[in-house]
Amino acid sequence: MHVDWAQFTPWAALAGGILIGLASIAFALLLGRIAGISGILAGLLRPQKSDLGWRIAFVGGLLAAPFIYSLADTLPALQIDTSLPLLVAAGLLVGLGTRYGSGCTSGHGVCGLSRFSSRSLVATLTFMAAGFNTVFLLRHVFS
Amino acid sequence: MYLLVSFAVGLLFGLGLIVSGMENPAKVLGFLDLAGAWDPSLALVMAGAIAVGALGFAVAGRRARSWLGLPMRLPAERPVDRRLVAGGLLFGAGWGLAGFCPGPAVVALGAGYWQAGVFVASMLVGMAVYEVAERLGARRALKPS
Repeated sequence: MHVDWAQFTPWAALAGGILIGLASIAFALLLGRIAGISGILAGLLRPQKSDLGWRIAFVGGLLAAPFIYSLADTLPALQIDTSLPLLVAAGLLVGLGTRYGSGCTSGHGVCGLSRFSSRSLVATLTFMAAGFNTVFLLRHVFS
Repeated sequence: MYLLVSFAVGLLFGLGLIVSGMENPAKVLGFLDLAGAWDPSLALVMAGAIAVGALGFAVAGRRARSWLGLPMRLPAERPVDRRLVAGGLLFGAGWGLAGFCPGPAVVALGAGYWQAGVFVASMLVGMAVYEVAERLGARRALKPS
């Protein structure tokens, strides 16, 4: 293993992480809920009138973030090299997996670990391990 | 009021993802590529978020109602089960394929990347498949054998 110092952005990462943490605790302290993005999205698929509004509002906030950011600074360009079939496969796996596992990087990785939940620790270690192995296979075995 | 709060929190979350660089799949894959040129940034994003989160959830966990008077719906501790691990494996495999997890993908969709649109649409299909499978499973469980 060698660290890619040219790509490593520790201060931006910490600052962004703090914003994500603040958003997560604001959601809990103000609305009494876990800001788990996969769960919020999945709730849109079985709409119950009572909670459809805040789900749509939250997703609207996520969607609006690039525009609001662009008012202050140039939006960083994304690099997406994944082929169309792999994007579809990735989406299906993430959709299925986050439902079976009751959460994703936000719900388990940020909120759950912040609450010292043992389920979230197991979930996070599991999806990290699966992610490490998938990238290893893609980049170093089948490349 | 609740809608405005929810929108603002989603916005703050999205801005955090952009500032941290985690909206960019290349950066996430750089973290997941332990055997290549490794970019540790994601670990620091999580460290920053959890440091703040631990303080906030320590307060939130002791409350019966939120600051806006809503009931606290934080999940109770449950045992680890096979579904949790299987779900984590599927999710992690998909995460490693494209470098997208749900939050960054929605933000990238907002930035206008069609690839994020394909990913989000497929993810919603995956979630819908789960809903249908669960409903069929529940129906089967109800039938007398």
